[in-house]
Amino acid sequence: MTIHNIYIFNKNGNLLYYNEWNRIKQTGMTRDEEAKLMYGMLFSIKSFVNKISPTDPKDGFLYYKTSKYTLHYFETLTGLKFVLNTDNHAQSVRELLQQIYNQVYVEYVVKNPLIDLAQPIESEIFKEKLDTLIKLSPIYFSKSI
Amino acid sequence: MSRASTRFDSKKVNSELVTLTYGALVAQMVKDAENTDDVGKQLERLGYNMGVRLIEDFLAKTGTGKCMDLKDTADKIQSAFKMYLGLQPNVSNWSPAGDEFSFLLDCNPLTDLVELPEDLKNLKYCNVICGAIRGALEMVQLDVHSWIIQDQLKGDPCTEIRVKFIRRLEDALPAGED
Repeated sequence: MTIHNIYIFNKNGNLLYYNEWNRIKQTGMTRDEEAKLMYGMLFSIKSFVNKISPTDPKDGFLYYKTSKYTLHYFETLTGLKFVLNTDNHAQSVRELLQQIYNQVYVEYVVKNPLIDLAQPIESEIFKEKLDTLIKLSPIYFSKSI
Repeated sequence: MSRASTRFDSKKVNSELVTLTYGALVAQMVKDAENTDDVGKQLERLGYNMGVRLIEDFLAKTGTGKCMDLKDTADKIQSAFKMYLGLQPNVSNWSPAGDEFSFLLDCNPLTDLVELPEDLKNLKYCNVICGAIRGALEMVQLDVHSWIIQDQLKGDPCTEIRVKFIRRLEDALPAGED
């Protein structure tokens, strides 16, 4: 199992944070363009899922899967969006995303008054804690590529 | 986590320390500002900035879901009062349209040791709470207006904070290509 990369968007669709662990293929665009493309797609899927749902959608869009990877999506009520790409075998990624929000984002970004919540996260301690959490997770397992 | 062990248990923080710190802040603002209305406005803004961050902590700790209606919202704010100020205000005085309600606080930790002097009778001492409610709700797409209509500091039997629902904010669209 492996974790490829993470995107964190704020409610306005700005990329707050990006990091990658086992990303084998790059898009060839700039990070900016890639983030815009990603956010645009997420926005569309979200509204598509909610519109087309034959019953009342509770959580809405949760993840999608291709033959090679799974994209997990977690949105908080405040509009923060956490996107994690893993391989197809990853279990309980939702819990991990929840932990990233509870234990890393809230603790080291929200509770740090020096961080502007609308700007990309530069904090070293945040990066460190996120990296530790990801690497401790059973989902993370660096395959020899 | 290393920080969790050194952090205060939220229930164990002495409320007097909060009262006194807040009092010192207000006193300084009164000294700095031209008039008491400005202080009220500043306190509201301060509260707003606190609410914007506080909501994340609240959501992370309680894992609460979307609000069904304004009654649900009121209940959730009530539990937030319990969490952050250690008190249980009553929710009452619903407007007929159901878009307005009040929190009644019979005691308020912010004003425990406070008495307003004669020349500051207009000061909205607890405006920070109104701001916090507004800021927190704005983050969950609810535009509300919040103000104080009764204040123990002005001789009323209890402190009453009024909340009026204005509208639901819409999801932001992705930034267009420019």
